[in-house]
Amino acid sequence: MTATEARPEAEAPEREIGRERRRKEDQRLITGRTRWTDNIQLPGMLHLAMVRSPFAHARITSIDTTEAKQSPNVVDVVTGQDLAETQGVLINAWPITPDQKTPTHLPVAIDRVAFAGEIVAVVVARSAAEARDAAELVDVEYDELPAALDLKEAATDTVLAHPDLGSNKSAYWVFDSGEAGTGGNVDDAITQARDSGGIVLEREYRQQRLIPAFMEPRSTVVDPTGEQLTVWSATQIPHILRFALAATTGIPESKLRVIAPDVGGGFGGKLQTTPEEWITVALARRTGKPVKYTETRSESLIAAHHGRDQWQKLTLAADREGNVTGLKVQLLADLGAYVSLVGGGVPVLGAFMFNAIYKFPAYHFAVQTVLTNKTWTDAYRGAGRPEATFAIERLMDELAAEVGVDPLEIRERNWIKHEEFPFTTVAGLEYDSGNYEAATARAKEMFGYDELRAEQRRRRESGDPVQLGIGVSTFTEMCGLAPSRVLGQLDYGAGGWEHASVRMLATGKVEVVTGASAHGQGHETAFSQIVADRLGVPFEDVEVLHGDTQVAPKGLDTYGSRSLVVGGEALVKASDKVVEKAKTVAAHLLEASADDLDFSGGRFTVRGTDQGVAIQEIATAVFAAHNLPDGMEPSLDSDATFDPVNFNYPHGTHLCAMEVDTETGALRMRKYVCVDDIGNVINPLIVSGQVHGGLVQGIAQALWEEAVYDDSGTLVSGSFVDYLLPTSADTISFEVDHTTTPSLTNTLGTKGVGEAGTIASTPAVVNAVVDAVRHLGITDIRMPCTPERVWRAIQDAGSGTEPTTGAAAPHFDASTGMEGTVDRTAGAQDGAQQ
Amino acid sequence: MIPAQFDYLAPSTVEEALAALAQHGDEAKILAGGQSLLPVLRMRLNAPEMVIDLGKITSLRGVRDDGDAIVVGAMTQHSVVGSDPLVAEHAALVSKAVEHLADVQIRHRGTFGGALAHADPAGDLGAPALALGAQFVIQGPGGTRTVPAEEFFVDLFETAIGEDEILTEVRLPKHTGWGAHYEKFVRVAHQWPIVAVAAAVRVDGGSIAEARVGLTNMGNTPVRAHAVEQALVGQPATPDGVRDAAARAAEGTNPPSDLNGDADYRRHLATVLTRRAVLTAAGATG
Ligand SMILES: Cc1cc2nc3c(=O)[nH]c(=O)nc-3n(C[C@H](O)[C@H](O)[C@H](O)COP(=O)(O)OP(=O)(O)OC[C@H]3O[C@@H](n4cnc5c(N)ncnc54)[C@H](O)[C@@H]3O)c2cc1C
Repeated sequence: MTATEARPEAEAPEREIGRERRRKEDQRLITGRTRWTDNIQLPGMLHLAMVRSPFAHARITSIDTTEAKQSPNVVDVVTGQDLAETQGVLINAWPITPDQKTPTHLPVAIDRVAFAGEIVAVVVARSAAEARDAAELVDVEYDELPAALDLKEAATDTVLAHPDLGSNKSAYWVFDSGEAGTGGNVDDAITQARDSGGIVLEREYRQQRLIPAFMEPRSTVVDPTGEQLTVWSATQIPHILRFALAATTGIPESKLRVIAPDVGGGFGGKLQTTPEEWITVALARRTGKPVKYTETRSESLIAAHHGRDQWQKLTLAADREGNVTGLKVQLLADLGAYVSLVGGGVPVLGAFMFNAIYKFPAYHFAVQTVLTNKTWTDAYRGAGRPEATFAIERLMDELAAEVGVDPLEIRERNWIKHEEFPFTTVAGLEYDSGNYEAATARAKEMFGYDELRAEQRRRRESGDPVQLGIGVSTFTEMCGLAPSRVLGQLDYGAGGWEHASVRMLATGKVEVVTGASAHGQGHETAFSQIVADRLGVPFEDVEVLHGDTQVAPKGLDTYGSRSLVVGGEALVKASDKVVEKAKTVAAHLLEASADDLDFSGGRFTVRGTDQGVAIQEIATAVFAAHNLPDGMEPSLDSDATFDPVNFNYPHGTHLCAMEVDTETGALRMRKYVCVDDIGNVINPLIVSGQVHGGLVQGIAQALWEEAVYDDSGTLVSGSFVDYLLPTSADTISFEVDHTTTPSLTNTLGTKGVGEAGTIASTPAVVNAVVDAVRHLGITDIRMPCTPERVWRAIQDAGSGTEPTTGAAAPHFDASTGMEGTVDRTAGAQDGAQQ
Repeated sequence: MIPAQFDYLAPSTVEEALAALAQHGDEAKILAGGQSLLPVLRMRLNAPEMVIDLGKITSLRGVRDDGDAIVVGAMTQHSVVGSDPLVAEHAALVSKAVEHLADVQIRHRGTFGGALAHADPAGDLGAPALALGAQFVIQGPGGTRTVPAEEFFVDLFETAIGEDEILTEVRLPKHTGWGAHYEKFVRVAHQWPIVAVAAAVRVDGGSIAEARVGLTNMGNTPVRAHAVEQALVGQPATPDGVRDAAARAAEGTNPPSDLNGDADYRRHLATVLTRRAVLTAAGATG
């Protein structure tokens, strides 16, 4: 076949970017007839069950595995001692200071456990059920040690989480605008506000501990029977996992193949290298057989990493009109028992965001990371930025109340105006584009802001038992992680580039390989749309491959809203290289000069003639290689690696109306409007899925979710009966719209949207709750704003910051004897007084 | 999660089930809808050697009219009870309580008898059963006996059903023409109540002639709010008429403290929810 042979004209596809395409991957994912890790069955495969410590902090005095080893079909039972030489170690990729205290994190503990849920022994059996039965028979004796549980108390070093380290204080990290030369000295600003009759607000907020609660529990399968050791894992980061395994187990990187098959959600919770992965690798090598481990939901809740968990001390200085003159942020961040992969870096990711969309002249940020005897923490949707956004957006509402103006008015006085972009902030970032005025105006209009304010006034005046509050959050975030150079300056252990390959197949179909690792986002669809447009081929002809180091050898995976804005840009660059190569061939075949060719709709045409050739025809011609320009390699395939020069700054205005039943503390959301500027949109349907899901996740932090430990360090919200995840029955229909200022940091003009909803919504909701009862003298309610906390705030006027009782209701069995079940004795004593 | 091993039997008559129970004693566990038992087994909080499934005993399913009472078979699923016209007409309080019990899937599996036998004080059926004066029909090796609701609920997860007995049906005395409402207070939709109030009232000429009020999760068993019931009699069915009576809802109760609320908050909730339940039952609002 030659290029001139008649061939049905490739239908010029309409523009794919911007189309509401349904996600091509959904049928598989939703029906479950697909490659979830736990669906993988290999010949002769063995199964693992973990024996976990029930104590938060204890010395292991003995482990007796005799009885377990005799249990039916048990192949082996191993302890940390047995694996000491082969198990490797879990790494912290981001030591935030050179002197950070980092406890050694072994996959299986050897002589001491540092949180309840830590693995102390592993059973290998022919079936998962037999492994579980035998795990019950492993007899471990412990000497309980005092546990460091409360974050503030742990920061005083009264009880040590790791006695050998001598302190719980892991790292102290500071950014100061005065020192960095990006702004003034914050203490001067505060002193000046105090001395000149300005405003100084001091607040302390709690970011409760959260559990990522992805839909698919973590699972790992390891097959040691090939030349390469193959690891399937439900992870967001197959490439980083491969690197870390090689770096710590001594297995050469070239002998490792890591596959993240279909992965059922992560939210940061699978941005991790886990003890369970290391253990599965170690036991596959030990037994020489394929081995599988799939966690139970209970194990996932206690032992997969948690998120947030900070105390935030904030001092804001402003003049009488509410123009902010300085912001000082002092954080305590709970690392849990170990410094995990990104660990202490999470609060540092927030360091650049407390100044948000505002023009603050002076800024100081300091975080103390603290070790405790609880589950280790790491990234959770937004990672650092929700914490920052919450603090500043709560504070701006407080400032508005202090000055006596509308919360939107106070924001407008301080925000960067659209004509001031690009703008270098007090934290040293250059915001490339944005228009806060436009997003806010649109949101106000959709919300019916003035009418709702009028209703609020009426309810206040009539003393209605149901009060109405309006909450505002005008957020921005830095996403698209990340410029490698910046990561280097922050001492992160890797870069932030992304890689892509585009392969033209002989039949004109296209294979696209990305180093991003989708786990529910819809990359297959969105990336197909981009490449279809770029190459002018039908959407259906593009196949997106990812998540297997043998197929996609280079990549830095998916987190931090990076896949489109970094990975998408790599795709664009690789596609453009394909087009460049194809153009040379086209010129040759059409006997024209390349300069006289136009490329559109997948066809090269000679300007001013009707002569042309489709890119698919060129692909076939290159495959045959019969007639190519002299010296040309017979390949159109192209790679690109894109390293961003800047972060990416989506922003938006979120408005929430909340009814508060003052008799019971019950909350009812009336309306939620958000107008996000996420630059150009590739697929509006996917965007709206990300926004809706993101909103619910942020609202859940405000209202429902909290990981609660009792006094002995047992997670009492250890099942979904007590760790409250909302369902669609708990949420309203959100009103979502967009304004658009294209990003200037990538050629598609896109901005990240994966975390936006979660980052923005939490403060909007809490601001609405506080706004509803502010006239009663209330200035804060601790998250999650449970009906009880709201009711107590109203009773005590002003101090709705009660911690939750550390006890779960035992719906299934009264006689479990477990710590932290319902406390009925307290009720009995109180009852007797009546 | 994987339960420990157990043997399984699915008899087709109550007699066979009783015989199996007698044989295995306290090593056996009855399985109804499994919505409480299976979590217990899967979390390995209990490991019976024998599970006796009542699912094949058709005589235990269904709702029938028996003169002055509506009789609900122990194995009748929540979804069936919730949509049954006889229950709706003569024991509306039960229909209202079932409406928001757990979620759709659980309502299609969980059973009326299973929920009551499980005797979770946060369960939604105990308070309505108590308020309506339900009679529990229990069959054992020695025959059948009937236990009134006040004696059926003994303690947390403990009822009058003996180890060798089976709850076969529940008789709900007819409250035809009574107004009924179940006011359930939750943080998320598909949750056991923090507190709930079951109220049935007979209104005569604008004032309350008779009232039955039961409280959920205000003690180790469902609680009957006698003081409220008495104080309501003769009151107008208006917010002012009901307020003082409802304020007595927490008298003598012994609520738990847990993640969702301390005991004092629950006591407060009981008074507010009682007022709302009674008013809604009486067809008034406020
Ligand atoms: C996620 C979730 C949410 C829930 N939410 C609610 C809620 O909001 N409100 C609510 O009220 N309930 C709720 N439930 C519980 C639900 O109502 C169960 O269906 C009920 O508690 C048990 O009924 P079952 O038929 O499933 O009984 P099973 O689980 O089969 O049995 C429960 C217990 O009763 C015993 N038993 C069962 N039948 C008999 C009998 N005939 N004679 C003697 N003993 C018997 C069993 O041996 C077992 O000990 C929830 C359950 C779940 C899993």
